[in-house]
Amino acid sequence: MGDVHVVADHLAGSLTDVTFEMLDQARKLAGDLGGSVVAVLIGGTEAMVSELGAASRVITVSAEGDFNPEIYSRALRTVVEARSPQVVMVGNTSAGMDLAGALSAGLKLPMAAYCSRVEKGGTITATSQLYGGKMDVVTDLGNGPCVVAMLAGSGSAEAGRVSGSPSVESVDLPAGAGKVRFKRLIQPEAADVDITTQEVLVAIGRGIGSKDDVEVAVELADALGAAVAASRPLVDAGWLPKSRQVGKSGVKVKPKVYLALGISGAPEHIEGMKSSATIIAVNTDENAPIFDVAHYGMVADLFDVCEELMELVE
Amino acid sequence: MRIAVPLKLVPDLVEDLEVDASGTSLDYEDLKVGLNEFDDHALEEALLIKESSGAEVIVLAVDDGQVDKTLYTAVAKGADKAVKITGADPRADNQILGAVFAGVIGQLGVDLVLTGVQSAADRDGQLGPFMAAGLGWPSISVVTEVKPSGTTATVTKEYSGGIMGEFEVDLPVVLGIQAARQPPRYVPVSKVKQVEQSAALETVPSAAAAQESWSKVVRMAPPKKGAGAKMLSSAKEIADILKEKGVL
Repeated sequence: MGDVHVVADHLAGSLTDVTFEMLDQARKLAGDLGGSVVAVLIGGTEAMVSELGAASRVITVSAEGDFNPEIYSRALRTVVEARSPQVVMVGNTSAGMDLAGALSAGLKLPMAAYCSRVEKGGTITATSQLYGGKMDVVTDLGNGPCVVAMLAGSGSAEAGRVSGSPSVESVDLPAGAGKVRFKRLIQPEAADVDITTQEVLVAIGRGIGSKDDVEVAVELADALGAAVAASRPLVDAGWLPKSRQVGKSGVKVKPKVYLALGISGAPEHIEGMKSSATIIAVNTDENAPIFDVAHYGMVADLFDVCEELMELVE
Repeated sequence: MRIAVPLKLVPDLVEDLEVDASGTSLDYEDLKVGLNEFDDHALEEALLIKESSGAEVIVLAVDDGQVDKTLYTAVAKGADKAVKITGADPRADNQILGAVFAGVIGQLGVDLVLTGVQSAADRDGQLGPFMAAGLGWPSISVVTEVKPSGTTATVTKEYSGGIMGEFEVDLPVVLGIQAARQPPRYVPVSKVKQVEQSAALETVPSAAAAQESWSKVVRMAPPKKGAGAKMLSSAKEIADILKEKGVL
């Protein structure tokens, strides 16, 4: 009891950063709860176990093939039912979205999603970043067991990345015919421009308004010797290719300069660009969350700024 | 093939959001709400399946006094039937809404439930897995393509960095749609008006047992401002920074 289970998030054979960030957060939380940090590794490899040294123990469940929402959910539920941890931390990732909800719904455990922080005071509370990052919402999760889906960047991956040889217990996957069958992983098509290697990015968001106006950003990027990147809504709308998407379901970038035009700064976007050396944000909404991560900000219409910058460059 | 698409209205994030007197909820007075953008993608994917291989598309929403227009718009886009669920709180947690939708959808004999993978208001997790639990069906989130074929469907799930996973799943299934294969279609207001006069919404009372939320909000507030950005007042200042950083 009092344990914090951290569900290791892995993709294409590697543990993801959010795993280590959660381990970092879990150590403090487990200390406050008087328990231990236990990593739950479903379908992982032995090499991954040795990267989970920040955990006191690792519970492994072998599962063939890559992530399968049904099989991994069943495995996690079996572990949680058997061990009764006080808190189950799941990454707010693509896989984690399947696991966290299924666990909460299946075992009727209180849950908080999009969490940046989990604390033990009188009870366990979690802070969720909701409404596109415009509100912090604190949920009382009682005394557990409970489920928290952690946003990327909630802890320090560096601090949580400890190699070692934690003790390992293996749990058998309950048998049963499944309804979901993993077929294959598909790697992204080669992009025309790799935005992760660019030194300067002109990134555009919803504020650009229409597909035709994307050209304004392209012209500015050309003039600055930069590449154009975008937030998710523009890519979903088909205005720019997937390879240009920065954020949770896109790529992480760390350019020297990130010029964010008309991007409000939802947590999913910030996750992908917050490590940029210099962030300059232009937005008409003075309360846009992007101004909290930007180094420089300007409340203005992006088209006015683009036009003036073009004049200054020329 | 019959497809259910539950629709949720969420606050328009372009608006200024305010916390009400309780300090635990948004102030909905004068707050503009609109269709959750991911639900719009779920509807689009359903309509694409209907067009390519034939399907009956049923949209559902919990009555909040202003949801009719959203349902009529979905019909104008091509949905075959619109169901308004009464007697439930449209702003309830997804744990509760999942049971409400599952209660109605379970009676419709559907093969597929397509819902938006997430919304900006999902404090207690996403709607899809809760509906799936209520229905006893499998669920897959962050889906970008659905190809039904007979009693199964091939589903593409998106991970980070553009990596995708392909799955085969037995129907029925609940899928959380991240993005449809093409951007959601627009429909002219005139067509929505026409539908309002010719089509009827079906009203169904919620059959789900009343349940308490498993967790409660104790505080809601705009995030504390950090040091924040140094605010600039002209494009010239941006150009100066670009010069300083060696871009210009």
